[in-house]
Amino acid sequence: MMASTQADTRVNGPARAVHSPAGLSLGLGRLFLRYPILSRVVSLGLFFLAWEIAGRVPISYAFPTFFDTAYAFGTMIADGSLISAYGSTLQPLVIGIAISGVVGIVLGIVMGLSRMAEWLVAPLFIVLQSAPMAALIPLITFVYGIGLAAKTLAVIMLALPVIVLNGYKAVRNANPSLVAMCYSFQGTRLQQITKVIIPDASPVIFAGLRLGLAAGFIGVILAELLITPTGIGDLITYHRSVANYAEMYAAVVSIILVSTVTLAALEAFEVRVLRPEKRRG
Amino acid sequence: MTLFGYRVPMMASLIVWCILWELVGQSGAMFLVPPLSSVLAAAVTMVQTQTWQAAALITLHSFVVGMAFAIVVGVTLGVLMGRFKAVDDLFGIWVNIFVSAPLSALVPVLMILFGMGETTVVVTVFLFAVWIIVLDTRAGIRHVPNSLIEMGRSYGASTFALYSKIVLLAALPEILAGIRLGLVRGVKGVVIGQLLVSIIGYGELFELYSRSFDMENFWALTIILFAAAMLMSAAIEHIEKKVDYYAGVR
Amino acid sequence: MTMSDAVFNIEKDVPADAVVEVRGICKKYGEVEALRNIDLDFPRGKLTTLLGPSGCGKTTLLKIIAGLIEPSAGEVRVNGRPVTGPGPERAFVFQDFALMPWATVMRNVAFGLELKGMGKAERQSIAAKYIAEVGLSGFEDKYPHELSGGMRQRVGLARAFAVNAEVLLLDEPFSAVDEQNRRKFQEDLLRLVEKERKTFIFVTHSIEEAVYVSDRIVLLSRRPGRVSQIIEPKIDRTASPDAIRRDQGYLDTVEEIWQGLKHYVD
Ligand SMILES: Nc1ncnc2c1ncn2[C@@H]1O[C@H](COP(=O)(O)OP(=O)(O)OP(=O)(O)O)[C@@H](O)[C@H]1O
Ligand SMILES: [Mg+2]
Repeated sequence: MMASTQADTRVNGPARAVHSPAGLSLGLGRLFLRYPILSRVVSLGLFFLAWEIAGRVPISYAFPTFFDTAYAFGTMIADGSLISAYGSTLQPLVIGIAISGVVGIVLGIVMGLSRMAEWLVAPLFIVLQSAPMAALIPLITFVYGIGLAAKTLAVIMLALPVIVLNGYKAVRNANPSLVAMCYSFQGTRLQQITKVIIPDASPVIFAGLRLGLAAGFIGVILAELLITPTGIGDLITYHRSVANYAEMYAAVVSIILVSTVTLAALEAFEVRVLRPEKRRG
Repeated sequence: MTLFGYRVPMMASLIVWCILWELVGQSGAMFLVPPLSSVLAAAVTMVQTQTWQAAALITLHSFVVGMAFAIVVGVTLGVLMGRFKAVDDLFGIWVNIFVSAPLSALVPVLMILFGMGETTVVVTVFLFAVWIIVLDTRAGIRHVPNSLIEMGRSYGASTFALYSKIVLLAALPEILAGIRLGLVRGVKGVVIGQLLVSIIGYGELFELYSRSFDMENFWALTIILFAAAMLMSAAIEHIEKKVDYYAGVR
Repeated sequence: MTMSDAVFNIEKDVPADAVVEVRGICKKYGEVEALRNIDLDFPRGKLTTLLGPSGCGKTTLLKIIAGLIEPSAGEVRVNGRPVTGPGPERAFVFQDFALMPWATVMRNVAFGLELKGMGKAERQSIAAKYIAEVGLSGFEDKYPHELSGGMRQRVGLARAFAVNAEVLLLDEPFSAVDEQNRRKFQEDLLRLVEKERKTFIFVTHSIEEAVYVSDRIVLLSRRPGRVSQIIEPKIDRTASPDAIRRDQGYLDTVEEIWQGLKHYVD
């Protein structure tokens, strides 16, 4: 598998198109452009209608209607419990993603540039990326207890591998034709890296960040459900234990909403800042 | 990488990491990390126990059932979304939301809807795996050149033949890629589901060993799990390579 | 020199003012022998074309001259100095354009100067001049994906002009350009050759194109590539493009080259 990622050194013809490793899996920003307003409204409306009907039937004693859930959502915002829960959920997420982002991108770039680093580190992260890291979350408590550090570590454990691997693949597959072009104009190695390789790799690196953030959301919620009863995870557990199902559903929907909006915003930012050519295209 | 003129296979560096693990374990610096050798020894004893075999079986069962549903539903929905705009409009937004949503938050909901048992784990596997399969299948179907479909029509293929003999086969590289990603996600789903349900299969054992600070067995479980996940992903990749040759010439 | 079968061996009658001298170049890719013992001189201020069957090593030779790949044996000298890598006196125009998709036309054209550390205002004014020269005025702030294939290659050409190299190396610059644009482009190229007074080394697949634009045509044999023939089309370039394409000398040269190459195509 790794052998195929060696740089394409053939002298002739256009560079092989890079199959971005994360190309298909995340398209939230485009989602809001691709699907016309009407179909989005219809699609959302039908879903909520189905939910409302299913809740009215009801399909289960633990299945509140859409309006009950929306009402619970309102009250939880009003009484501040949702806001304070997000405070404690988002803090480790932001710290964890910041750390994974910096470490992961640097590590990925180094691996993409150096054969030695690639050989040593890439297989490790390939294993970590395709293995269920969640299994290790229960261990965190033994060292870091149940505080902020434990949750941050859970985020890092899930987010780091995908960020590292995307950075690495992006740099390794940087368009060889552009690299040759830079070399032919006597660009130094440093110029080659900063002016060609990293800009060329940045969309895939950024896609890695988005995938990392998505994994980080999973990690932080999992940590809150499993080891540290705080934040949104605790809100879910608590309302479940007292059979406030509407409140519980509201908390679940809200975290899905928050993660969707965050990821979409990140993608919009990417298109705006990193890829000016996409804005008008 | 090449060392003294010899090509050293990439995955060989894992041996370096294993040795490092062994050394850290031997030094006893971290009680969380027992030496790799004793973990492996524990793994060998563990796989012979009834408990482990039962747990592995139930885990495998949930995984297979969940994945089967995910593949059938995912490919079907993906094909429909790829071919019909109305279906695409209706489901596109949801598929895109759920493919990257924190599904771990949904598991508690599943637990009250489906009970604290295997069904919940099956549904978790399904939910983790299905969306990426839908997206990749849809992309594959979109890639099928129109000329290929027109060719089929002009030779009088029935709709069924058109789909089973042309469209699905032409989209196979993407569908397989989707299934591979789905499998990786499915493994994560089965682990997360069982950890949260925590009274069945692997989740129960993880809970048991971490509660009792039995690190050898804990890591033995983890290693077996990781190895299984890697092997499966490698196997699919192998199949993928076999069909990939025609991805370029479609 | 191994050119016993050359029809017009101009090395004999033209005083050697060669910018680029290729001496005994061989290139092997592992088992594959791409080039064998190439000796060539490229006269200053002329457009020389490398023509030959597919896979005979034209791109390889051009990239060796550019200093982008190392020969297995032999030496290339530019203005008498041996080539060890890319240099400021040579500029390469890439077959696949090699434009940076995230950069505007302006930044792409000025990129060679940017790498040299030239200030922004200065390099942009130079770039603007060459953008105008290749006929892209008004497109300075566009991105490559907004341009047609022909326009993209003009950007690549302007970028090579902007660094003011003596020798321009062009690898099938028109192969990704449609036929109408290609003709227009060939005419523009002739005008630029006239105006810029630079040495051009040009790789193409097309016999007509080679005869139309070249002062000299080097025919390479099938792999391993060797120099099989050097032809100097005798064409009156002051005539209009259409007149040239109907000119008897033009047609005869095309025919002659075709006869020479025909046996390579089975
Ligand atoms: N990096 C490489 N590794 C191995 N073989 C190569 C490599 N680059 C080129 N070759 C081989 O060397 C020979 C010459 O290649 P080259 O690209 O120079 O030919 P060319 O004349 O430019 O061909 P074309 O007309 O198709 O562009 C070809 O047979 C090609 O397959
Ligand atoms: Mg070539």
